[in-house]
Amino acid sequence: MNPFNYDAEQLLNVAYQVRRDIVRMVHAVNSGHPGGSLGCTEFLVSLYFRQMTHKPEFDMNGIGEDLFFLSNGHISPVWYSTLARAGYFDPKELATFRKLNSRLQGHPATEEGLPGIRIASGSLGQGPSVAIGAAQVKKLNGDDKLVYVLTGDGELEEGQVWEAAMYAAHHKVDNFIWTVDYNGQQIDGPVDAVMSLGNLHAKFEAFGWKVLHCDNGNNFASLLPVLDEAKALTGQGQPICILMNTQMGYGVDFMMGSHKWHGVAPNDAQLEQALLQLKETLNDY
Amino acid sequence: MKDFPYSESKDTRSGFGAGLLELGRTNPNVVALCADLVGSLKMGDFIKEFPERFFQVGIAEANMIGLAAGMTIGGKIPFTGTFANFSTGRVYDQIRQSVAYSGKNVKICASHAGLTLGEDGATHQILEDLGMMKMLPHMTVINPCDYNQTKAATIAIADYEGPVYLRFGRPVVPNFTPADQKFEIGKALMLNEGKDVTILATGHLVWKAILAGKLLAEQGIDAEIINIHTIKPLDTEAILASVRKTGCVVTAEEHNYNGGLGESVARVLAQQLPSPQEFVAVMDTFGESGTPEQLMEKYGLNEQSIVSAVQRAISRKK
Repeated sequence: MNPFNYDAEQLLNVAYQVRRDIVRMVHAVNSGHPGGSLGCTEFLVSLYFRQMTHKPEFDMNGIGEDLFFLSNGHISPVWYSTLARAGYFDPKELATFRKLNSRLQGHPATEEGLPGIRIASGSLGQGPSVAIGAAQVKKLNGDDKLVYVLTGDGELEEGQVWEAAMYAAHHKVDNFIWTVDYNGQQIDGPVDAVMSLGNLHAKFEAFGWKVLHCDNGNNFASLLPVLDEAKALTGQGQPICILMNTQMGYGVDFMMGSHKWHGVAPNDAQLEQALLQLKETLNDY
Repeated sequence: MKDFPYSESKDTRSGFGAGLLELGRTNPNVVALCADLVGSLKMGDFIKEFPERFFQVGIAEANMIGLAAGMTIGGKIPFTGTFANFSTGRVYDQIRQSVAYSGKNVKICASHAGLTLGEDGATHQILEDLGMMKMLPHMTVINPCDYNQTKAATIAIADYEGPVYLRFGRPVVPNFTPADQKFEIGKALMLNEGKDVTILATGHLVWKAILAGKLLAEQGIDAEIINIHTIKPLDTEAILASVRKTGCVVTAEEHNYNGGLGESVARVLAQQLPSPQEFVAVMDTFGESGTPEQLMEKYGLNEQSIVSAVQRAISRKK
């Protein structure tokens, strides 16, 4: 059972605040990755405020809980904000993001003991392996909860993710849902220009996965039914992949749909312009 | 010079296999992963008895390290098995981020380390693994010397919470350490007390150091021989106490002299007790094909090399 179990309207309210947090966090240190963070806001908010059984009183082993792993660690701002707003730590701590002596490192880490983080990520391609290992231990422990991982799409250029894809199908890791943030952008430009992924659906299917599509990961009406369907398909001998179309920078008009805001922070005027588009719903930190 | 009787010679990798089997029986949290080298790693007995706690990964070492890191979440103690080369260099970044930086309780168990892999040649003979692993914060690095010590080390690391690199090998070597000797991580073992020189040896070079000690005794040189099975954390107290007494030191290891045991010892001595030190190690080259004995001779990792190094070290004493 999710501790919030919010409906779409309540989720939207949280999403506005998370987006405000993201742009304020990266602006404050003039660094960080707003584009992918804004694009994945609906996904993270849905997991923590509706989809997953989890306890904000953090326990590393997470027995009896659904677990989430962020493989594309550079979108840490959306994860930190979501965790804080879900009660893992005080939202005031978001002000320390990327600063010296902070628990909120540029990329997620366990070293400083930030509640909610179970593995360091940032060097890409490692999250699916880690999450699959955790999912197999759930089975060994007789724990019927699920494991989620999020990767980028450019991240699929790393070879390790395909090792993991092959392994999960072979070992029938069917308590596992891998979502790909299919925004079509990476640092050097559109994914299709940098290193085209071809037919991703066919690739995952050929590896033995059940593949679902979310046409608009920035719309709860499109996203929630897919997340429900993925959950319903667990336990049937196949790992599950969601190809989730999103727009990088979604919610801030001048950041949308371009790789330009992958790793660039807004200046003072841009921040002001962004915040005008994002309602303050849960009080700024 | 003390005598070190032994009744048989065995490979250290079999000590790992025996230790893993015993852990299977005594510690339900121990799980094992292997990247298509079950026979080479001697994991067969564990797999036969505990098939549900074994995970075949195929030839995908990067995935194996990530899986193992994930398996600690939920309380398991994963032991990964493959050759030392594929356990370290091939997956350095995976170990760095998912295991060491994340502080995960993963035991990276590496066979066929060093030159004694033999005929397969340099692609498989890693001589840089101790250096790579000891540079990682949080990582414990262990290189036992014979079957009994490898078995004891395998069992001991399951009770230690944190990432460990356990390095062992393929050749058959005298099994001389007592079967009931307790393995204490980070605690050097005094093998022979002496006053003229300290020989600090690790892994397969420990037996060579014993052979060298006998040759030195014939020349009237009284060597203190210490088994450094744990490269990190290094038993600096034992090292300093010995070198204070003998005034010079020889380190011996089946590893590049860059990054190995010798370099760790040199750092300790430079800071606390500057002393003449000589290195028995591979001098920054790759290996090649050959029998283990031929390679150890060509690359200067035998008892004669240790004797020469001792003579050099003693001659440099003030």
